[in-house]
Amino acid sequence: MHKRVVFRERWLAYLLLAPQLAITLIFFIWPASQALWQSMLQQDPFGLSVQFVGLENFERLFANPDYLNSLEVTALFSAAVAFSGIAIALLLAVMADRVLRAATFYKTLLIWPYAVAPAIAGVLWLFMFHPTIGVVAWLLGKIGYAWNHHLNGGQALVLVIVAATWKQISYNFLFFLAGLQAIPKSLIEAGAIDGAGPGKRFWTIVFPLLSPTTFFLLVVNVVYAFFDTFGIVHAVTEGGPGQDTTILVYKVFKDGFIGLDLGGSAAQSVVLMAIVITLTVIQFRWVERRVQYG
Amino acid sequence: MVEHRPFLTFLAHFVLIVGVAVTALPIWIVLVTSTQEASDVLRAPIPMWFGDQAIENYKAVLGVGITGSSSGPVGPMLLNSLVMALAISIGKIAISLLSAFAIVYFRFPGRMLAFWTIFVTLMLPVEVRILPTFEVVAGLHLLNSYAGLTIPLIASATATFLFRQFFLTVPDELTEAARVDGAGALKFFKDILLPLSRTNIAALFVILFIYGWNQYLWPLLVTTDESYYTVVMSIQRMIQAADAAPEWHHIAAVAMLALMPPVLVVVLMQRWFVRGLIETEK
Repeated sequence: MHKRVVFRERWLAYLLLAPQLAITLIFFIWPASQALWQSMLQQDPFGLSVQFVGLENFERLFANPDYLNSLEVTALFSAAVAFSGIAIALLLAVMADRVLRAATFYKTLLIWPYAVAPAIAGVLWLFMFHPTIGVVAWLLGKIGYAWNHHLNGGQALVLVIVAATWKQISYNFLFFLAGLQAIPKSLIEAGAIDGAGPGKRFWTIVFPLLSPTTFFLLVVNVVYAFFDTFGIVHAVTEGGPGQDTTILVYKVFKDGFIGLDLGGSAAQSVVLMAIVITLTVIQFRWVERRVQYG
Repeated sequence: MVEHRPFLTFLAHFVLIVGVAVTALPIWIVLVTSTQEASDVLRAPIPMWFGDQAIENYKAVLGVGITGSSSGPVGPMLLNSLVMALAISIGKIAISLLSAFAIVYFRFPGRMLAFWTIFVTLMLPVEVRILPTFEVVAGLHLLNSYAGLTIPLIASATATFLFRQFFLTVPDELTEAARVDGAGALKFFKDILLPLSRTNIAALFVILFIYGWNQYLWPLLVTTDESYYTVVMSIQRMIQAADAAPEWHHIAAVAMLALMPPVLVVVLMQRWFVRGLIETEK
């Protein structure tokens, strides 16, 4: 962060920073501090008075079975999305890396789901799985498996996982392909000369060299599953049936915006903030490490 | 490849073709559904090939919308989405260019504080501060306005970092030469830094356009007036209405209209897109 040559007008520097800082303070830092503060307040049932209750909102939150259930659903959901998204993307990237000349062609055909909004991705898969019009639901019915995600919580969760994974594969694919193409061919050749077949070479040479990319994608995918999938859940299942697809972000929205539970929603916001901050720090620590030793 | 193994090459193509097909299948089905008559898409199995109602369906959703969804015609929504996507992407790029310029090319008290303040926004997505941000926007009377839809989203740590990173690689000799020629800070910024940043701006624009177009939660919070609805957020109301009066052919048309613009941007600007995606994650 050093330039030998700098300009001297200080006032100009402040002026240049002003728009970004104003927006950051008004719409980011101030609301976040409000959330922190409100998370320690409680409103009486008529909304007439507010009192300071310290950490009581958090105690209530973690004693609330609905919230614990939502934590569990979120953990399952993000683990499934991250794992399947990474596994499928890695498979496709390894295959694309094999067919060098056609790789660009396949790349074009695989990357566009990135541009589809989560809510729209949800709708696309709703068309596939809808109990009355969905092709997949219909085919499943033919082989004797009744699909109705309006009634079956497990099926609803599968539906949102499929939609969320579908959208994320393109992103993972691009990073894996870039990672694969950066591996020196000499390493692979050396492996081949030593008599290692393609499978063995993958697990002993390629996969370990990809592990930084994999780790990075793991964090990014978990963040994605936690925060960017709100649209899928809201548009397709509305957290239901029951609470079966109520991920944390959806719950904050529902309790705060529809249920108008000020303190409880603020406490949930604070928990989510803690999660994002942890994940961001992990991600940046990793990026720094890679820059230093890579 | 290292050795010639026809079977593995065949397998690679096979897996990739299956991958491409599965990826494209839902779009295919929705595209085909958007060209059918209502009565053909009430029950599975729905047709897998185009019908002849494309023009009628798209005309209906653009001009009239979905009956019973209380969200109006889709034409104006597309316009709102476009305004939002452009305002967010241009706004983010503009204010990030300015702040990165200030942080890299000036020395002033509070410089690191400003840097970290911007950094913190990375850790505070809308999703974690829904209610208080809504209150701020309501307090400023920005609900149901383009300003409320866009301004709170245009702070950008990633864009600022990207430009900062890039400015640091610009040789000092250029700055010196500009100074010798008597150019002030703003002139240097406008005539030298901006033209040099063109490729970064293009790459970032693709990513941010998609980000802006695909916003969902934020427009859902700040708009209650139909004339500010965006197409992506309205799809939910339409599906809800579909449970009572199924208009799947129309919903499919809306979904196609909602996903086409960002998908086209990615496909047409693929090189910038890939570059932007990888750059913004550094």
